[in-house]
Amino acid sequence: MFTRREILKAFVGLPLAIAACKTGVPSNDFDGGIIGASNNVGHILRERRNFEVPENNWKDTKIAIVGGGVAGLTAAWKMKQKGFNDFVLLELENRLGGTSTSSTSNLVKYPWGAHYLPVPFKENTELIELLDEMRLIESRDENDNLVISEQYLTRDPEERIFYKGRWYEGLYLNVGASEKDLSQAKAFQKELDYWIDWRDAEGKRAFVVPVVNCSTDTEVLALDKISFAEWLKQKGFNSERLIWYCDYACRDDYGLQPSQTSAWAGLFYFCSRTPKSGVESQPFLTFPEGNGKYVNHFVSKTKENIQSSNIVVELIPNENGVDVIYLDTKTNQINGFHCDKAIFAAPLFTAQYLIRGFRENPSFDSNEFQHNSWFVANLFLKDRPKNNFAKDFPLAWDNVLYDSKSLGYVVATHQKGIDYGQTILTYYYPMATENLRAGMQQLLSLDWKELADVCLTDLEQAHPEIRSLTNRIDIMRWGHAMISPRTNFMWNGEREKAEKPFRNIHFAHSDLSGIAIFEEAFHHGLRATDEVLK
Amino acid sequence: MNKTPLLFLNVLIIATCGLIYELLAGTLASYVLGDSITQFSFIIGIYLFAMGVGSYLSKFIENKVAEKFIDIEYAVAILGGFSAPILYFSFAYLTYFNVILYLMVFGIGTLVGLEIPLLMRILQDELDFKDLVSRVLAFDYIGALVASLLFPLFLVPKLGLVRTSLVFGILNAVVGLWGTWLLHDLLKKNSIMFLRIKGGFVLLILLSALFNANYLTTLAEDALYNDNIIYAKTSLYQRIVLTSGKTGYALFLNGNLQFNTFDEHRYHEALVHPAFASFDETPRRILVLGGGDGLAVREILKYKSVESVTLVDLDPAMTNISRTLPILSEVNKHSFDDKRVSVINADAFVWLDNTDAKPFDIAIVDFPDPNNFALGKLYSTRFYNLLKTKLKPNSSVVIQSTSPLNARISYWCIIKTLEATGFQVKPYQTTVPSFGIWGYALAKLQPFESPTKVPDDIELQFLNNKTLASMFDFSADTQKPEDKDIEINRLDNQSLVRYYEAEWSRFE
Repeated sequence: MFTRREILKAFVGLPLAIAACKTGVPSNDFDGGIIGASNNVGHILRERRNFEVPENNWKDTKIAIVGGGVAGLTAAWKMKQKGFNDFVLLELENRLGGTSTSSTSNLVKYPWGAHYLPVPFKENTELIELLDEMRLIESRDENDNLVISEQYLTRDPEERIFYKGRWYEGLYLNVGASEKDLSQAKAFQKELDYWIDWRDAEGKRAFVVPVVNCSTDTEVLALDKISFAEWLKQKGFNSERLIWYCDYACRDDYGLQPSQTSAWAGLFYFCSRTPKSGVESQPFLTFPEGNGKYVNHFVSKTKENIQSSNIVVELIPNENGVDVIYLDTKTNQINGFHCDKAIFAAPLFTAQYLIRGFRENPSFDSNEFQHNSWFVANLFLKDRPKNNFAKDFPLAWDNVLYDSKSLGYVVATHQKGIDYGQTILTYYYPMATENLRAGMQQLLSLDWKELADVCLTDLEQAHPEIRSLTNRIDIMRWGHAMISPRTNFMWNGEREKAEKPFRNIHFAHSDLSGIAIFEEAFHHGLRATDEVLK
Repeated sequence: MNKTPLLFLNVLIIATCGLIYELLAGTLASYVLGDSITQFSFIIGIYLFAMGVGSYLSKFIENKVAEKFIDIEYAVAILGGFSAPILYFSFAYLTYFNVILYLMVFGIGTLVGLEIPLLMRILQDELDFKDLVSRVLAFDYIGALVASLLFPLFLVPKLGLVRTSLVFGILNAVVGLWGTWLLHDLLKKNSIMFLRIKGGFVLLILLSALFNANYLTTLAEDALYNDNIIYAKTSLYQRIVLTSGKTGYALFLNGNLQFNTFDEHRYHEALVHPAFASFDETPRRILVLGGGDGLAVREILKYKSVESVTLVDLDPAMTNISRTLPILSEVNKHSFDDKRVSVINADAFVWLDNTDAKPFDIAIVDFPDPNNFALGKLYSTRFYNLLKTKLKPNSSVVIQSTSPLNARISYWCIIKTLEATGFQVKPYQTTVPSFGIWGYALAKLQPFESPTKVPDDIELQFLNNKTLASMFDFSADTQKPEDKDIEINRLDNQSLVRYYEAEWSRFE
């Protein structure tokens, strides 16, 4: 057990912790709770009990998809689209979508994780096919670039940042920047421009989505050998606000500190979304429910093949194919599927617990695929927090606090044009600890009340009235949120190994890209589908 | 020492205070209810009558006259001192303002009526009756003169009604507290301390009201408006302020002028009638977006053929006062009481996105200027695309589009944004002295000619065929700037808000 002060010190820093504890434990009159708490369920897997399937509980299907995150749902969607129907998707949670999941309220839908998608380059035809099907694309311009209907692009104002008591426009802190800050910001952009325009002998980009299309030239891959922090140091960058900006980027996209992040991944974040130097990076597609929009689309197309609340407990490869054994948590029965093939669309580190014979004869080192942990809080507010100063930049879509370990919050009503009264804020907190495992254990040791306190104490620095505005806080703890692109992980060869099937089991997950974004999960879902339907 | 002269000074102060409360009530009532002759006449009548009631009641006070006198001073201090804030408050928040007003006037009058008889009884042992009557009444009338001179020349212009009221409440409380020394010999020893504590308490309340948060109007706000604020309310969405001045009433939302009764007919005739003139069928179904003051609806209802007017305005506080506040409902000719009009309180953007309303013949879009992002979205391509889904092929649309002189880029940005959404646009402008040169956009989904003829049988004060035609001509300093690349206002760039901010900030 930790004291309130110890918890707050760890999560929001000592000064805020001291200030918060001085005023005593605040009286909170909001409710809420922990949502989707399947962390314990997941741990059943590790016990590896012997699961016996009663004779009558076996069924046949051609393909089983294990995991209903974006990769698994993409595979299901693609199979249906190709007219293939003899498959089943098993998901352990009762909600689908993994870290792209979302919820609905009377006011507006809201996300629990991933909440935007950069408009793809015209070359990413597989993803464009999905966007076309969803009627999100209005037209193509003269160069065949996508024109997205404006209501799906992030509505301006996009971002603001809270610094020393005031809100400013944008994410990079321009106010009070010194000559040195500005010249380093410029030099940093120049470094990015170099990589944005860089092409290898075959004309491949250094950084592009999906990762599979990135160049494997040694000049680029060398970046994976050092951390992003080391790269910044080597280039002579030490401007506090630039370092902050890079630190924020690493925490935001990877849940890591720059010293843990591969420099390759650090630059990927900045370079993979800009078609050429000197132009704006691709705008974002976003919805109140975030990437839940795509999840819901997939689900609407594949409903009858999906079995949620079904925990796969073992995959047994054999001469005929694969036997998939699962626990139906609604009936508490052990059932099984005899399949020809399986798509393993769960985090790769679980392969060793789920696949019989994997541990003895692994096709890749599953310990390399390390995840980091986050918590996400949805705050239901009766009204918006007021700005403290008339000149403060107004509430934006993404609202970031400079002096915070959190990533700030996004506003669910923003995209709908609902600009007054009630709203829902989605607050993101990556653990980003030195030791990823310790971070997860720390996160899971805290209960709803303690995490709600962390969130509110953090937001109080910008919004002193936030507690009184809050009607409800729901929290999700993501113990294994997403893959960590650590130094020397991206190009050490393990990802390539994992793309090869283990007997009749094909892997599909954003883990395989080392970068946990929608496009990567989507890509691997399609790839695995092609493999199993071949 | 002889304390009698000091007591006459008290008479003077009491008399001044009494008349000030009467003037405050009369002024406030004529501000907010209009018709100053009726209001002053009623207030003076009720006040004098109440004073008579007070004088009569004084005979029932038999003993402890000095104590009672001091208590009455405290009561007058509280009731009179808070009279203006209470009246403002009840006007903004209660339906039965008149009841509160007259009760208040009667209450203060009764208490003031008690003062002089009691003071005369206190002084009766010191002076002859003829001296007493002549001096007390003389000071009483001098006080009246002081009050009636101070009130219009100094108090209203310098202090405003709320602070005047509180300051005179404080004077009453001081007279009471002072009385505990002046009338020391007439008071019971054990009651003196209690009276002083009471007096201190009353003073404290009034002083803190004066110095602390002034609920209704702040000094800054009083300085902001040239005219007297007669109504102020912070709704969920905005600060609504109504002022009264030499040229008429004016409505402000978040400090931005919405109309002045002196010339609003120019603005609203120019807003509504060109759209009707360019509609080639009989206009029946009309949509108004914004326009919570009901003035555009007043113009629309001049057309007998109109069967329904749907008005979508964000703020119920605004549409409510347009219906219930006599000043506003007189100016908008009770347009919200017309059966053909239905009011929907919603953000027009969200409403358009969700409504299943049938298409309209004419849409009047009358939003505040795009000075923030929440308003900027109401001028975006997305918004006009949503609006299009509620129009017929030959529908007419008009959009108030800020000043093409003060915010030239902003004005032409709105025109360009409309064109980008597929509208044929005829930009036009007119002069509204309170605003300046003001711009509008007349738009249809099919090609059309600018209207040249105002509709027949419609009573107009400003528009005629000549002015109508001239509105579509732009001067060199307001016409479309050819040398500038103006962006289209989209939800994901909100260019208009940035243009607007840059252009209007030059005038701040």
